[in-house]
Amino acid sequence: MSGPSTYNPQSGLERWIDARLPLPRLLHDTVHTFPTPRNLNIWYTFGGILAFCLGVQIITGITLAMHYVANANLAFNSVETIMRDVNYGWLIRYIHANGASMFFLAVYIHMFRGLYYGSYKAPRELLWIIGVLIYLLMMATAFFGYVLPWGQMSFWGATVITNLFSAIPVVGNHIATWLWGDFAVGDATLNRFFSLHYLLPFIIAGVVVLHIWALHVPGNNNPLGIDVKSPQDTVPFHPYYTVKDAFYLVLFVIFFAGFVFYSPDFFGNPDNYQPANPLVTPPEIVPEWYLLPFYAMLRSIPNKLLGVIVMGGAIVTLVFIPWLDTSRVRSCRFRPLMKQFFWGLVVCCVLLGYCGAQSVDAVKFGIPMVWVARIASIYYFAFFWLIMPIIGLIETPKKLPASIAQSVLGDKAGAPAE
Amino acid sequence: MRLTKLSLGIALGLLTSVSAFAAEGGATKRLHPKAAEFEFEGPFGTYDRGALQRGYQVYKEVCAACHSANLLSFRNLAEPGGPGFTEAQARALATAAKIPAEPNDKGETTDDKGAPLMRSATLADRFPSPYPNENAARASNSGALPPDLSLIVKAREGEAHYIYSLLTGFHEKAPAGFKVTEGKYFNPYFEGWNITMPPPLTENGVTYSDGTKATIDQQAHDVVTFLAWAAEPKMEERKRMGFGVMVFLIVLAGLLFAAYRKVWKDAH
Repeated sequence: MSGPSTYNPQSGLERWIDARLPLPRLLHDTVHTFPTPRNLNIWYTFGGILAFCLGVQIITGITLAMHYVANANLAFNSVETIMRDVNYGWLIRYIHANGASMFFLAVYIHMFRGLYYGSYKAPRELLWIIGVLIYLLMMATAFFGYVLPWGQMSFWGATVITNLFSAIPVVGNHIATWLWGDFAVGDATLNRFFSLHYLLPFIIAGVVVLHIWALHVPGNNNPLGIDVKSPQDTVPFHPYYTVKDAFYLVLFVIFFAGFVFYSPDFFGNPDNYQPANPLVTPPEIVPEWYLLPFYAMLRSIPNKLLGVIVMGGAIVTLVFIPWLDTSRVRSCRFRPLMKQFFWGLVVCCVLLGYCGAQSVDAVKFGIPMVWVARIASIYYFAFFWLIMPIIGLIETPKKLPASIAQSVLGDKAGAPAE
Repeated sequence: MRLTKLSLGIALGLLTSVSAFAAEGGATKRLHPKAAEFEFEGPFGTYDRGALQRGYQVYKEVCAACHSANLLSFRNLAEPGGPGFTEAQARALATAAKIPAEPNDKGETTDDKGAPLMRSATLADRFPSPYPNENAARASNSGALPPDLSLIVKAREGEAHYIYSLLTGFHEKAPAGFKVTEGKYFNPYFEGWNITMPPPLTENGVTYSDGTKATIDQQAHDVVTFLAWAAEPKMEERKRMGFGVMVFLIVLAGLLFAAYRKVWKDAH
């Protein structure tokens, strides 16, 4: 997508197309000859895995929509019809439901990878911000999707989340009513959520194109976090990374298939196999696992409005990371101090997820979970707004290698072309 | 989240004894389900056909008196992966069941005496419901609503083990100091310990045609197997396909690994 094109049309037909709509040239330069650092490790395969996840969700989702009925009286049973009477409906639904969890698992690995190797730093700020936007769209899409089976957790999850907007002063209740299309979560809400659940994945797909475009202009970052200096530092995307991505993708699919075929309800909640009932509140309303860290932050703050602000702030913070990190070195591999604080962040996010799954007043090992959530939340914000800027200024990074080629090939590599 | 699933095995061993009551410290938190074994568990588990057919009998003769199973049709009884009735057997079972008839050609839904018109069910019909509506169901059950059983196994934490424990948990003695509410029954596996459902199973409460002794445990095992199938009728197909998919993916991963090694041989 950037740099001089290496496409050389062979046949008359190819030249004819190239002069009119150079799509083959675009594909050739993007997925064939694209120069990619030769030292990308396993964590760099998750970009391809995420593209696969989006494709799977769109294909299974369109198929499910052929049989699903977005009506508060019929939705629950239409899902059961898919499970029982539609040919391979059980397979398509289980892939779609577990696919959402796999999608988030992959995106969290992808994001932490970016944080660890400093992939958000110049000149990749927009690439990172577009990624945050995709993540935000994914959360909205997943939330809408979870409402559609219209089970108890669907209904009450939708009620809790949409009620968050009522915390906004003065206009909050009007916004909630506007979102519902009614005075409570009901048929109108279900219909619009279905409409948006169908729309957003295509917007995600469009933003993914921007994400890849923004990746292909500066090129990939790499585990060393140093710039590509000579052609020796790179290999063509095909066949080197097509085969590597394909291998790791299949390993990921084996993991995915394990849930689909042998524990399809592992990520689910039993309450969602009970039809939605506005008159019966479940004892515990729990969102899907991938939203639990934010849910824990929300609940750890006694004031509703403040809780909503903190939860929103946790996501908005991600946008500013490129400018909060003051270090000149990208990769944590050469940042001994930052590396430790990074793993602290990972631990805090997992802890927040754990706290989000417990009841509000839960006490484990004699420790009230709400306090664990509070401390982890404080660390989360401190990491980005205090630790990141300060460490970048006071840390002495380790010596960076001269080039990617020298680091990978050792003596086999010649002197890097300056 | 069901992380509890992972710790279930350990917890089961510790909590099956009556001493668990003491550990609960008087709180009416339900006990962890018992460690029962079912043929359909594990990656290669299938439903035991005998248990499914006996379980259907228990469902029909005992549970169906108060509980509906709206998502099940008589045709399901003869479908692959199910109880394994022949189509003729399933049809006979359907014909024996009476369901409300559609309006006749005069548009009437009741006979001259005002009784609703009834007809025999067909393979295409759903299982009959014991009550015409929710209010009727509550009126006959001290205000409680007997839940629909189609998805009951998947709709409860602890799944089959929970239903099995509940059905066999009525003989436990209430701990000293615990008052069983008037008109309710003590069951330590039920949240709050007070359950409106009377003990449904009795020794030899049904007579099995295959000669199996109808103990309470046996009936519970059979009906839970039936209800597990009712909730997940495509389980056998799912596990069978899963095995094929896994073999295919592992072979594919092997081939891709070989290709990966070959392509990268000189690159690092």
